[in-house]
Amino acid sequence: MSDPQVSGLSPQVSVPGPTAFGQPGGPSVRQVRDPFHGDLLEVSMGPQHPSTHGVFRMVVTLDGELIVKLKPVFGYLHRNHEKIAENTTYLGSMPYTDRLDYLCSMSTNWAYALAVEKLAGQAVPDRAQYLRIIMAEMTRLVNHSCLVGFLFNDLGTSFTPLLYAFREREKFLDLFEALSGSRMMCNYQRFGGCRVDPSPAWLATARALVEGYPRFLDEYERMLTGNEIMLARTQGIGRLDGVHAVNAGLTGPVLRASGVGYDVRKVDGYGFYPRFDFRVPLGAHGDTYDRYMMRILEMRESVKILQQAFRDLPAGPIMDPKAKIRGFRPKPGEAYGRIESPKGELGFYLISDGSPNPYRYRVRPPSLINLTLLEEMCLGHTIADAVVILGSIDIVLGEVDR
Amino acid sequence: MDTVEQLHDRLAARFPAAHVAVVTNPGPAAEHSLLLDPAHAHDIALFLRDDPALRLDYCSNVTGIDWPDKEITDTVKTSVPDPAGGPPKTVEQKTVHVQPGCLEAVYHLYSMALKHGPVIIRLRTANRTDRVALPSLTPVWRACDFQEREVYDLYGIVFERHPDLRRLLMWDEFKDHPMRKDYVEPDDYEWEPTAHGAILEKAKAHQSAASPVAGVADPGPTIKAPGSPSPATARPEARP
Repeated sequence: MSDPQVSGLSPQVSVPGPTAFGQPGGPSVRQVRDPFHGDLLEVSMGPQHPSTHGVFRMVVTLDGELIVKLKPVFGYLHRNHEKIAENTTYLGSMPYTDRLDYLCSMSTNWAYALAVEKLAGQAVPDRAQYLRIIMAEMTRLVNHSCLVGFLFNDLGTSFTPLLYAFREREKFLDLFEALSGSRMMCNYQRFGGCRVDPSPAWLATARALVEGYPRFLDEYERMLTGNEIMLARTQGIGRLDGVHAVNAGLTGPVLRASGVGYDVRKVDGYGFYPRFDFRVPLGAHGDTYDRYMMRILEMRESVKILQQAFRDLPAGPIMDPKAKIRGFRPKPGEAYGRIESPKGELGFYLISDGSPNPYRYRVRPPSLINLTLLEEMCLGHTIADAVVILGSIDIVLGEVDR
Repeated sequence: MDTVEQLHDRLAARFPAAHVAVVTNPGPAAEHSLLLDPAHAHDIALFLRDDPALRLDYCSNVTGIDWPDKEITDTVKTSVPDPAGGPPKTVEQKTVHVQPGCLEAVYHLYSMALKHGPVIIRLRTANRTDRVALPSLTPVWRACDFQEREVYDLYGIVFERHPDLRRLLMWDEFKDHPMRKDYVEPDDYEWEPTAHGAILEKAKAHQSAASPVAGVADPGPTIKAPGSPSPATARPEARP
């Protein structure tokens, strides 16, 4: 781990533009039907494919077993989330944001609440800020441990690591259910606070669970990190350098694996994150193995944040008394609120015209934008590697297609 | 980092031919933005990315916005002296004019190297119908690739010089742009002229030719009410 302030970018580097196939400067692909060298094979992976993490589809062109071209195809889960949200009230969209990233509904709620609070100039009491951090970091633990499990599924371990992760995840989901009434669709945040105050018993259970979490991580790492097949399949696969990653707008663990220290928790300091002592892990190679290690290291940092949050959680109200629930109409204006969700930078851009509905409601989906460089990462590798690279990017199709 | 006004002055000095305006945000967030002239947008974007004091190397978010034509009523109050000698009367004169609408693309820029931002830039099309082209900023920030495709798909802004401008979320044969404010969705998304429909039409034509009742194309299955046989089908039946 290196210092989070150190950026992997030097000022002299010039960023090349996108190099699309068929354009000057881009890699060239020979014709699909080429009698001299043999035919290229076009494979449509997805949308119903177990390794594409949902209804994602990629059209892959193969030369023998190597990928020479890969085009992602989206939209199989598109339901125009943004239009639906523009036709309902601000609070009415809150439960619907759960369905964006359905593994991390707590942090998605927070991103939306943050944007609306910025739009309306709404303050949030201290206890609610701490509760938000607790929920968001627990969500990060759940997401990252499951992601690692799914990544190993893609590597062919067939569910054993994933079931270890699910065992831990169930404990957290039980906590979420006890608090919010729902395991995954939590609908927990409100504009100006949180919906339910956890009981002391809930907090004690959660604290014990978090205290025991490093043991699970040790067990998980003992099983996975040094695994020979894992090392052979992930090291040096899907390399991505920091300059291209920044230019392509990649965020979250995928970006930091390439050595760029950019974490919205540190940069924006939203919520009460500046009060917490944690570090941002950085990778050195930008390959699949580094992206895996980012998740493991971030989980350890999340445990540290959670321990501090449970220690310092103040008493007090969980909702700002001035917060309006009914008849909420922000003044005309616009705001862009963003958080560091487990997948990357999740932002909401809202424009208010003074009516109860947002005039414009835009989700900045980290899962979609992190796929921008999927083709570049997969070129020259086999299709089995492409599955692993896609698994290490961490996408959720509810957020990609919206 | 500079404020938006300082940045505006720097851009005006650097690009004297370009029209750059500050769009104020009246809300509490107070994130003001810069409205760029589409003809110079690409050069200004390159400057914003490479200028050593700014280094906005990260384009976080691209948003499309639809601003339909708006009817604005201006009320002018004039006081008219009363010829009868009373107090002067106030007469309201209303004039209605249409503010032409446009499509807008908003880019949120941050600097990962210098850790500041956001700088918000906006581009506006000339109208909403035929002059909807804007320069693509994908050659500057690759991050705009999918997002500009999405804006093209849902709003219909054509980004010139985009390397791969196709629909992103809707299917390729889809006609309209669903995020526009005046979009009317079709009655039935699923309808398509299938062979089944063509066969049905053929069957209808056949039946109308063969039908003893003129004008009835497709009589359909006859529903028999229990206990009351219809006169056409009622026949005496042999009962044991």
